[in-house]
Amino acid sequence: MPTYTFVVNGKPVTVDAPADLALLWVLRDKLGVRGPKFGCGIGVCRACTSHLNGAEIQPCVTPVAECAGQEVTTIEGLASGEDLHPVQEAWLEQDVAQCGYCQPGQIMAAAALLRTKKEISDEDVDRIANVCRCGTYFRIRQAIKSAAAKM
Amino acid sequence: MTCDNEVPVPAAGAPVRRRRFLTFLVAAPVLTVAVPGTAEAVIPTLPQPAEILDLGDVLILAGTPTAGALAVLSVGEDGVVTLDLPRAEVGQGITTACAMLVAEELDLPLGQVRVTLADARPELLMNQLTGGSNTMRSVYGPIRQAAAAARARLLAAAAEQHGVEVSGLSTRDGAVILPDGRPVLYGLLTSAAAQLTGVFAAQPKPASEHRLVGTPQSRIDARAMVTGQFRYTLDQDVPGAMPTVVRRPPTINGSVKSVDSAVARAMPGVLAIGVVPTGVAVVAETFGQAMAARDALKVTWNPGTIDALSDKEIRAKLKAATLPFVVPPLLTQHLDMEFDFAFVSHAPMETNSAIADVRDDRAEIWAGLKSPIVARQTIAAAIGLPESAVTVHVMQGGGSFGRRLFFDAAIEAAQISKALRRPVKLMWSRTDDMRHGRARAASHHKLRATFALGNVLTFEHRVASVETDFRHGLGEVLTATAASLPVAGNLSFAQTVFLTTCKVPYNFGVVTSLLNEVPLRMHTGSWRSVYSANTRGAEEVLVDQLAAKMGKDPVAFRREYLKTARQRAVLNKVVAEGDWGRAMPKGFAQGIAFHDEYKSCTACLVEIDARDPQNPRVVKAVIAVDVGRPINPRGLEAQMLGGLTDAISTTLRAGLHIDKGLPLEGSYSQFHYARQKDTPKDVRIFVMPATGEPGGAGELGVPAAVGAIANAYARATGVVPRSFPIIFPVDFEPFPR
Repeated sequence: MPTYTFVVNGKPVTVDAPADLALLWVLRDKLGVRGPKFGCGIGVCRACTSHLNGAEIQPCVTPVAECAGQEVTTIEGLASGEDLHPVQEAWLEQDVAQCGYCQPGQIMAAAALLRTKKEISDEDVDRIANVCRCGTYFRIRQAIKSAAAKM
Repeated sequence: MTCDNEVPVPAAGAPVRRRRFLTFLVAAPVLTVAVPGTAEAVIPTLPQPAEILDLGDVLILAGTPTAGALAVLSVGEDGVVTLDLPRAEVGQGITTACAMLVAEELDLPLGQVRVTLADARPELLMNQLTGGSNTMRSVYGPIRQAAAAARARLLAAAAEQHGVEVSGLSTRDGAVILPDGRPVLYGLLTSAAAQLTGVFAAQPKPASEHRLVGTPQSRIDARAMVTGQFRYTLDQDVPGAMPTVVRRPPTINGSVKSVDSAVARAMPGVLAIGVVPTGVAVVAETFGQAMAARDALKVTWNPGTIDALSDKEIRAKLKAATLPFVVPPLLTQHLDMEFDFAFVSHAPMETNSAIADVRDDRAEIWAGLKSPIVARQTIAAAIGLPESAVTVHVMQGGGSFGRRLFFDAAIEAAQISKALRRPVKLMWSRTDDMRHGRARAASHHKLRATFALGNVLTFEHRVASVETDFRHGLGEVLTATAASLPVAGNLSFAQTVFLTTCKVPYNFGVVTSLLNEVPLRMHTGSWRSVYSANTRGAEEVLVDQLAAKMGKDPVAFRREYLKTARQRAVLNKVVAEGDWGRAMPKGFAQGIAFHDEYKSCTACLVEIDARDPQNPRVVKAVIAVDVGRPINPRGLEAQMLGGLTDAISTTLRAGLHIDKGLPLEGSYSQFHYARQKDTPKDVRIFVMPATGEPGGAGELGVPAAVGAIANAYARATGVVPRSFPIIFPVDFEPFPR
């Protein structure tokens, strides 16, 4: 089985895995990084949303081979130690999470958006297609706007 | 260690451990209400039973004999108070609300309360079921009583230690305050308090003294969730439990005829493959490898149980099963309407999942379970172990909406673990969850209102629904068995639920609501608000049309016919805050509706943009809610927001198409649950002031919002919707079976 070396949340890792094994399962089942969640396996619910070199990806449809030599950031790597990312702070301020299962992906999607854009419009928020089955969307919208205002 | 004289003492020979914690098991005063032998026995034969006894009351009555044992509190030497809660947290915020009750009663900072979810506790009988919007209603008394008793015991310990009278003591910030003002932290008293003998019952604070309960608080588990540290079932590491998936049949309830696993077995990472009653289980080193091997299996299948049925046949069966009206429309004016509602997947984000470790002499199960006692009893029977040898841990779930009342993943994981003789971590794929999981039953509705001289004389509603499965009973095996009896079993249960939840809140003269169910051998289950979303949603559409026919404004009409001032107050609140009747551009419209259940009531006013009738969006929502006594208004608002999104989804776009024995939808790209772009940019929720005891909240938000959205759509487009979801094409290529 081939070997792949990349960085996860600032730490180098090396894994043996088939080239087409989805990053999600490398993270969850081989590395014990459980923040990214399985929701669909085809990149449509976006519960697993994480970052590859700072840009949004869905690890459930990202083959591990594509990550070789790259930097993967999951929800666990978003904060700086105990200092939460402004998006995480905004999520607490708005008390967004209900069941919480989709929220790592929602937060990572919002954080990726805010890396590229400082002024956030409602249309920008509308383009975040992550499913929240508890239906917390309005609080997500408020949290993203609040985080944008503070960043 | 958790022991005192009121908790079962370790058996002789068990190691004697130091008493470190004060634990309360028995605290409530003795309650003397008998348990109904069967649920239907308590239903009076009155036109509107839910007004006299609702489902929550039934559940509370069933739980009353064990209410005193419900709340298990431990006071740690670190001052942290832990509540082991025999309910399931699935996102509804009950652990936070319960922590608030404990903190309030013990005068403790909220941050010093932990809430854990109790394992299955069979001694609780019918009092470990999370459903019927009933948690806060059923625990409000017992948790406060347990905490008050714990406080009394801590006060007694402080009095003894410091040689003072209890009457001179008070409590504040997690400490007993001595007469001279010195604080003694609870943690320093717990050991002594645990050794006290005697009964320390105490009255909880009157609500008028509440300082925390009733104020908006954030979720106690929020930080763990936003940092990715929160652990759901599949995030647990159980030694040896490896990723497991199941290849399932092409139609519901099909079974394996033959399997060729040669290719799959040779694939990388594959550890074990075996046939189980529900399909072919594959265990591998990662879920990705397990799913790849699952797809490589060559399986032939026996037929399922509804192979011949598609939506068309099911709808015809429902129409044929709809009971006739009583009142002929002869001498009066009348309005008849019919509605259809499609099947709807629960589709919680966390798919059906469980960990099971079954050995020859014992088994241990981990899963998100809303009825863990009957799960334990059923699993024990399925794997041939005594109940006492099966431990069932309740994990916090990634959503439920009724889904986790059933424990099919837990029982399946146990069967796989037994068959393959290894611990397993079972995950259903999304497609399996939508196609072979459970769903809200499709229903057909026929309504008739008669009126004369400006008065509504009669109101009849006939509901025909595909059978909603209630075979979880009241959470334990006796009522589950009653619900499974071939004659009347599930139907009696269904009638009870229908009659104890659905009520018409208006003075419409003679009102009759009747349910008939069509039993189909497919997987259904209660879906947030059970019958009310469809039944009350349809009624609220009829109310708008009836108002129009009688020449009245929808709000004025509802004000006139609502039964109580409390109901009118929530309606008036949204009318005022939502600016009812304001001018709107063409293609936009407001819609309003009202709902009353479980001692709570709510009104919802929405604005819809339906300029393109095939692409409508709810752009604004104003909701008022009166739950009698809100424990955590912030959590209550979250529940109402969730109910609104459920209503937007199921009214406009989200449903399942059944085609030859299987739902076509297999993921969120096909089952159109709302996303950000489908939801309002402006939501305002108003919580009415506390007036009494807590009512239900978890399901309350759906039905009024369904009615309001449908009514807004009708006003914006001129087309009254009769079939839900309104926009429901098969706009995708279904996944292979």
